[in-house]
Amino acid sequence: MITRRTALGAGAALALPGVATGQGAQRLLRFVPQSNLASLDPVWSTAVLVRNHGLMVWDTLYGLDSQFRAQPQMAEGHEVSSDGLTWVIRLREGLRFHDGAPVMPQDCVASIRRWSKRDVLGQRLDALADEIAPRGDREIVIRLKKPWPGLAWAMGKPSANICAIMPARLAATDPFAQVGEAIGSGPFRFRQDLFRPGDVAIYERFDGYRPRDEAPDFLAGGKQVHFDRVEWRILPDPSTAYGALQRNEVDWWEAPLADLLPRLQRDRDIVVDLINEAGNLGVLRFNFLHPPFDKLEVRRAILPALDQRAFMDAAIGTDRSLSRVPAGVFTPGTPLATTEGLEPLTGPRDLAAAQRALGESGYRGERVVMMSATDLPVLQNLSEVAADLLRRIGFNVDMPAMDWGTQIQRRTNRGPVEQGGWSVFCTTWEGLDVSVPGSHQPLRGHGAQAWSGWPTMPRLEALREEWFDAPDQAAEKAIAARIQRVAMEEVPFIPLGLVLPRQAYRRHLSGVVKGGPALFWGVRRA
Amino acid sequence: MWAYIVRRILATIPVMAVVALFVFSLLYLAPGDPAAVIAGDQATPEDVERIRASLGLDRPYLVRFGEWVWNIARGDLGISIFTNLPVSTMIAQRVEPTLSLCLVTLLLAISVAVPLGVVAAWKQGTLIDRAVMGFAVLGFSVPVFVVGYLLAYVFALELDWFPVQGYTPFSEGFLPWIENLVLPAIALGAVYIALIARITRATMLEVLSQDYIRTARAKGANQASILFLHALKNAAVPIVTVVGIGLALLIGGAVVTESVFAIPGLGRLTVDAILRRDYPVIQGVVLLFSFVYVLVNLLIDLLYTLFDPRIRY
Repeated sequence: MITRRTALGAGAALALPGVATGQGAQRLLRFVPQSNLASLDPVWSTAVLVRNHGLMVWDTLYGLDSQFRAQPQMAEGHEVSSDGLTWVIRLREGLRFHDGAPVMPQDCVASIRRWSKRDVLGQRLDALADEIAPRGDREIVIRLKKPWPGLAWAMGKPSANICAIMPARLAATDPFAQVGEAIGSGPFRFRQDLFRPGDVAIYERFDGYRPRDEAPDFLAGGKQVHFDRVEWRILPDPSTAYGALQRNEVDWWEAPLADLLPRLQRDRDIVVDLINEAGNLGVLRFNFLHPPFDKLEVRRAILPALDQRAFMDAAIGTDRSLSRVPAGVFTPGTPLATTEGLEPLTGPRDLAAAQRALGESGYRGERVVMMSATDLPVLQNLSEVAADLLRRIGFNVDMPAMDWGTQIQRRTNRGPVEQGGWSVFCTTWEGLDVSVPGSHQPLRGHGAQAWSGWPTMPRLEALREEWFDAPDQAAEKAIAARIQRVAMEEVPFIPLGLVLPRQAYRRHLSGVVKGGPALFWGVRRA
Repeated sequence: MWAYIVRRILATIPVMAVVALFVFSLLYLAPGDPAAVIAGDQATPEDVERIRASLGLDRPYLVRFGEWVWNIARGDLGISIFTNLPVSTMIAQRVEPTLSLCLVTLLLAISVAVPLGVVAAWKQGTLIDRAVMGFAVLGFSVPVFVVGYLLAYVFALELDWFPVQGYTPFSEGFLPWIENLVLPAIALGAVYIALIARITRATMLEVLSQDYIRTARAKGANQASILFLHALKNAAVPIVTVVGIGLALLIGGAVVTESVFAIPGLGRLTVDAILRRDYPVIQGVVLLFSFVYVLVNLLIDLLYTLFDPRIRY
């Protein structure tokens, strides 16, 4: 049947000699990211989407495989001295930047230095490094004050900020200012001239990229690209994105609303898939500087009544496959996850016990300001459940409405609630961030330098340092179990469960690489 | 006349100055901090401070305002905090979709609403009149996004007549351009049609009761000529005024419509900038909107002279 649309399309084709041919469409991947790509520098910004953009444009020395182990990526390999203090990293041959210049060790050194001023693990390197220097045409030498077996992992982790290797002239930019150009050596070249923030970001396959020979394995292995062009199309409205995917106007939607998943699953042309297997860990975070959560007894009082399942149901729906409980302080399903010490969250839920504990804690009815970002549905839903729980336990809860931009600023306020401060908020952390103590910000207990809430918990800091020195995974696991016990005693935060958001793509796509964020190598049109 | 136009254009300068002061102060006082948004979840307050300093946001209000005004006076709207792109470039990228949407909506609204209003006045008290007024009430009452979703569901998803989202520049052909604008223009135009139709009807009723209409009828003028030549021209001044005032509705509605249909226009640019606290972009867009609004009002004032020769400037 000839529809009106077919007729219009035919008319358009006649009017326009330049419309895309069928073959051209075969080489184009149309992707709807979870939000708007606003900035381009993955070292300057910690936004997840900027990180995802960064993984396309900039390559990294190491990359994590699907088992979350660091594997050489730009690096051919490395040698570590017998005392563990000197690393010599050798670059692969033939690496080039998008401007045609070869990747030199000087570029890597400048990039590592810039990254080391911003990233949490980079800052550790900054503190530990005696020297980071180029050697010859292909080697980088890092001399440390003390051994750090996890250095490759730190430089290969995908969580923000990634250790993006950029030309030295760009890496010379102040780490607290944004680089002016998106030039990397990754498998995609960013078309900055066609970039329209809030509308479209265009990436073209970089012909000068030389992938590794191995099969792609998350961020490790060969980053084989099967599309000439990837277009990120910003569709802020979920219903519109849903319609666009359904009508084959786009190929892949990164963040479908949980409410729409059943409809998407019924569509035979669409695949609903778990790609980020590490998910996002829900977190209830306290302000440790002011009453009432400066008191350990008050924080502990919440534990007997907190039902992770209720939080997950609110966050992403009642389909049990979309979330995971119980969740400890480390991402469930990752090597360090454990149930040791998790009894306060896994036993029978007891509201009366929580109310009793609060009564005995010395809580005097102080106003609890719960911050909630109304423009982020998952966080808003977690906050609603948390506020309800706290009220039922007996807290005097005030939940002012605000958007994310306001919340993230208010979080920096260390004053009491009477001076615009806050008491508690809910958020989620990328599973990979909170899968190990090194990058696990909610577990940090170094006072004023710690993540919002600023707890001082020397035991957790000492255990974190122990983890860095752990010789093998067995030792790491033992330390992680001790960390979890301490966390359940001191309650720096309460894990609320693991959200496992789905992505949706047209069935004609195959080879989607799993493990974390949406990646654009490996995937091809069937 | 020319002296009047020059005077009016000059008068926009103090208006724009007040708008500039208001917008800048409002953003200064509003909660939110782009540095905190950039620094993200993991940042320490010291990181946020360093970013704020690198963006120049730690400087006093008067220094920042003075610098901004000085740059605007030189035609420089500044650089986006997030994208590093000049605000003028970002606005230029977004002008065509919004202009197209507003233009198509305006044409659609006038071409539908004026005849509807005229017919409703002519057939006052009949079923036709009630139907038109019922439609007008509906147009006022149903939010733009609801109309948008309904249209997208029926005409894009179910009937497959139009695309769900997106915008095709005019340079790529008239058909693809208009195809992307039909549903958004109907969604955005509903309230506008309602407004113009009601005003047209009310004004026409008043005009149709005038003596000169009776005279025209007595002279044997036919109904179409009475309605569209004699009456409508004399009813035009209030209608044109409402069309101008309605432009504010159009701009406000465009923000929602552009989000629903993923049209990369100025409305979405504004919303994105507000959510991120991208101050230079917000200031630039609001200034532009204000300027356009002032200009449209001037245009409306000038149009009065076309419809009513008694008006002279």
